[in-house]
Amino acid sequence: MYSRILMTTAFSLIMAHSAQAADKVPVKLPDFEPEQYVHTAPTLADLDADESIHPELRKVIKRGYDLFMNTQQLRGENVFNDMSCRNCHLGEGRQHWSAPIWPAATTLPDYRDKNWQVNSLEERIAGCFSYSMNGKPPAYGSDNMLALVAYHQWLARGAPVYEKNIAGRGFGKVADPAQTPDYQRGKKVFQENCAICHGADGQGQRVNGVVQFPPLWGDGAYNWGAGMARVDTAAAFIKHNMPLGQPGKLSDQEAWDVAYYINAQERPQDPRFEKSAAYTREKYLNFHRRTLYGTEVNGRVLGEHNNTGAKPFLKPEALRSRTFD
Amino acid sequence: MPQRKPFLGAVTAVALTAAAIPAAAADVERGRQAAQTCIACHQADGAGNAALGYPRLDLFAEDYIIQQLQHFKAGHRQNPLMQPFARNLNEQQMADIAAYYGAQQAAVPTPPATDAALLAQGEKLVHQGDWDRHIPACTSCHGPDNRGVGASFPALAGQHASYIESQLQAWRNGTRSHDPLNLMLAVAGRMTDSDIKAAAAYLAAQPAK
Repeated sequence: MYSRILMTTAFSLIMAHSAQAADKVPVKLPDFEPEQYVHTAPTLADLDADESIHPELRKVIKRGYDLFMNTQQLRGENVFNDMSCRNCHLGEGRQHWSAPIWPAATTLPDYRDKNWQVNSLEERIAGCFSYSMNGKPPAYGSDNMLALVAYHQWLARGAPVYEKNIAGRGFGKVADPAQTPDYQRGKKVFQENCAICHGADGQGQRVNGVVQFPPLWGDGAYNWGAGMARVDTAAAFIKHNMPLGQPGKLSDQEAWDVAYYINAQERPQDPRFEKSAAYTREKYLNFHRRTLYGTEVNGRVLGEHNNTGAKPFLKPEALRSRTFD
Repeated sequence: MPQRKPFLGAVTAVALTAAAIPAAAADVERGRQAAQTCIACHQADGAGNAALGYPRLDLFAEDYIIQQLQHFKAGHRQNPLMQPFARNLNEQQMADIAAYYGAQQAAVPTPPATDAALLAQGEKLVHQGDWDRHIPACTSCHGPDNRGVGASFPALAGQHASYIESQLQAWRNGTRSHDPLNLMLAVAGRMTDSDIKAAAAYLAAQPAK
């Protein structure tokens, strides 16, 4: 039996502490629902302190952590853009409202609407590589895949398996905007709040060739099949995580506008592309009804191209369908 | 090899320094003349003074120096020594001084490592942050080795601990403001005295280049 009350209390204390110190720039995040399971994922310090973990396992978990934090080390092999896992999953994958990764270890295998089938944890990770990293996932069962799985599962330590009412899961939701999201308003929000790090042209910044701030569109960014290409998903990520260290800074409307602006730019092709962007949009409308892919923005149809970025193929073999019929 | 003075591309510099564009191009020699007062505390090579908390200037990007002089002039950085000097500088002089210090490379010995536990605490904050308190790692913005990114994110590696500490405290107590988007105001406000001491000690002990 896990203790919701205990966890909630622990979390409140943390919040109270930070609220006291952070009075200059408040952190504004949604409250957790009273019935939700609140997880405090362990840290690397906990890993080092836990003598019950076999040294070999500790090594594997740390390998997973290292791959997670610097996924660019797999560039050209598994990653074909400028992204690392940590760019979207802030705080080492532990952070509430920043798509903490541990729930994937406690809620999968499960049916996912994205591909209409039951997915394992490895397949979920493979999805990130295929779309968000515009790449080719490490082979199922490979050392690197095992290391990533181990890191996920270890972060889930103590969490109840198949509990789905999880506090701070995903990026949260941003209330529907009062005004339809707008490109020009979004551009203004971007220039004022995002450009200092991501560049006025959205192409991020590098230091001595190392990605410092990731690009948000173009060949170095997530492709059209990535969850972040959904305007509502990006709005929630931005609202609850950006600018760095200032969750809740933007208004709901600003978050929607800037998410629209970013996702109205071109990016590498959806690996599931068939025939045309319009056809692909229709086929995967469950996903693409939340993106601008295959629609006309500023006089051009987004995604109507055969550009796969630095990736020399369209669809990795790891994206496969299965049936139990 | 680390890029020493990242002279910012058009990208982020424009909005921040548009007001500072001087009439003539910045000149190192003119800067040397204009910097005669600066030299008294910051040294001719920009080495600063660790004991007195005067920062190394050779680590800063030129545009960053210009911005900070403007902040002193406008009172966004409150400092009884710097404000009178900055108020007397025109934009041309600021640009020249920045060019002068931008061309320097001070030889500053690495401070002796005294407190291993403090350095370990600092290393963790600098490279991992403390996300449970919404403190991102310093490296998230200041670069993989904290040697600075563009004009907005100054180099921290090799900077005097006394200066890093005083600035984090300045954000906390309100004597420094107007950093871009309040990025540092937010982070500094969440740091404890112990965090500040640890991060500053660790950063000062890192190689500047």
